[in-house]
Amino acid sequence: MSAPSVASIEQFAGKGAARAAQRKRNRAGLNAGSQRRPRWVTYVLLAAVLVISFYPLYYSFLLASSTADDIARHPIPSLIPGGHLMENFHRVLDADIGFWKAVSNSVLVAVITSVSVVLFSTLAGFAFAKLRFRGRGPLLVFVIATTAVPTQLGVVPLFLVMKQLGWIGQLQAVIVPGLVTAFGVFWMTQYLEAALPYELIEAARVDGASMFRTFWSIALPAARPAATMLALFTFVASWTNFFWPFIVLGSSNPTLPVALQLLQATFFKDMSLIMAGVVLSVIPLLLLFVVAGRQLVAGIMQGAIKG
Amino acid sequence: MTSTQTSPEAEPTAGDERQRQTRRVGFTQTLGRWDVKVSPYLYISPFFILFLVTGLFPLLYTAYVSVFKWDLLLGKGDFVGFENFSTVLQAPVFWKAVRNTVSIFLLSSVPQVILALVIAALLDANLRARTFWRMGVLVPYVVAPVAVGVIFSRMFADQSGIINQVLQNIGLNPIGWHSEVLPSHLAIATMVNFRWTGYNALIFLAAMQAIPRDLYEAALIDGANRFRQFFSVTIPMLRPTIIFVIITSTIGGLQIFDEPRMFDQYGRGGADQQYLTLTNYVYQLGWTNRNFGRAAAVAWLLFVLILVIGIVNYLITRRISSDKSAVSKKRKKVRA
Repeated sequence: MSAPSVASIEQFAGKGAARAAQRKRNRAGLNAGSQRRPRWVTYVLLAAVLVISFYPLYYSFLLASSTADDIARHPIPSLIPGGHLMENFHRVLDADIGFWKAVSNSVLVAVITSVSVVLFSTLAGFAFAKLRFRGRGPLLVFVIATTAVPTQLGVVPLFLVMKQLGWIGQLQAVIVPGLVTAFGVFWMTQYLEAALPYELIEAARVDGASMFRTFWSIALPAARPAATMLALFTFVASWTNFFWPFIVLGSSNPTLPVALQLLQATFFKDMSLIMAGVVLSVIPLLLLFVVAGRQLVAGIMQGAIKG
Repeated sequence: MTSTQTSPEAEPTAGDERQRQTRRVGFTQTLGRWDVKVSPYLYISPFFILFLVTGLFPLLYTAYVSVFKWDLLLGKGDFVGFENFSTVLQAPVFWKAVRNTVSIFLLSSVPQVILALVIAALLDANLRARTFWRMGVLVPYVVAPVAVGVIFSRMFADQSGIINQVLQNIGLNPIGWHSEVLPSHLAIATMVNFRWTGYNALIFLAAMQAIPRDLYEAALIDGANRFRQFFSVTIPMLRPTIIFVIITSTIGGLQIFDEPRMFDQYGRGGADQQYLTLTNYVYQLGWTNRNFGRAAAVAWLLFVLILVIGIVNYLITRRISSDKSAVSKKRKKVRA
């Protein structure tokens, strides 16, 4: 190995150095191996991957726009949607499972957790990345280690705790455990380590800013790109979360995934109705994806987003 | 940096006002020092408090619950020692759930890593409309597992499902995707792969782009074709990333709940528990049978299983990659 890989530069010298190395390398034409355009085979294969990724979604849309009768008669739906989409949407919204309530619950939970995860993670990340205090190293290792702990297995006692608090069936039972995540802390620590120069913090301190003021006016703005990504991933994770909300919320106060489960359990014979519910629950995230998909891609590629 | 403004000018003039000011500066200074000392702990405390209360404590307390008779409604009962564990370990359902969980996990993780590597290799070319392709493979990630479960359980329907219909159209026999053991595992694994393959492909892609291109040039000079380059340069260089993806997918994959839960409208893992997973079993014991003691026992057993498979995983991946890669040879030399 003649030059250290960009990944290893990132490991030892931080994100900023890695980015600089990447730029330098690009300029030097070391990435030139891929300068030539690939042949059509690559495009055909990728198009096949995309078709497989899209088809199940399109399939749910096709079923949602037809009648139960059509579905029974044609196992392979025609590629042209039927004309019953709006009608099926109305049936979902009128069904006795509180779909609107599920929508507003999902929005509420996802927004609150995203904001809070970003705020608390940036706060902790700022401390870990830029402040000196006793026990910093071991505590950071502890945070990283907890990303590998399967906390889902603690559901039984967690349920007992919520019962003690009288939170069964209440949204805070879903919100509070998700207020800050180990991954978020780790993510922001890594980012701030590279993106926030010590000189800036020192300048603020010399000017007499308190620690919190320094965080609020220096660290938080500097963290914005990483914070946006963290907010997006938290939003998606919260929106799609099922296991714990299903256990603790129950059917009276559901989030969207819980409502979908109810829909399936109650109207299992009416596929067009169920699929209309699926489509309705997917649309918001698809819209988010159209707006911010680029950032999701960048976020995944920038680092160990999963843990 | 605490303020160092306890200026010498403040000392000589012994005016009343001056004195008060000195005292105030002193006070601010103590406050400042206190600020510097305590703030870091204050800032990291939300995570630690929350993790202790909602993560670590429940996990440990699970052990406590598991040695009692414990009813969802009636609460704690008699101490029963390891009875919950022995009952569970003797139950055929438990072993079925272990089999299903491991089988679904293998069927979803192994093909997924291979497919993701292939897709990443395709994306790692100088494509036109690069962002479009990258975003395209990520679309399934924003579909909730519950929605994926509903869609695929219909596609894999035993009667008049699209997949069986296609099979029949090309002259094959329809498959009992729900009624049989291995086919149901395949169907559920397909849901997992659908949602995560593109995501992991992007992780691999990022790692591939960080491989120095001169390695490929050297391989080219040595006469390696593209396939040889892929297996002898790309794969060894991706080793840490592959291990990372495998370990995270182990921890997540063995806790799978949503997809099998949504594979039919009953959510009991099939008539013969052919696709009941361990997490489904925990739910069933705890919230259907109201037996928290036993649910906690199964949760602990699953924890042990995750630990064991995680370690096995680690050992295997270390063995495989220590064969030919230039990187590990270098490491060995350093160690020697």
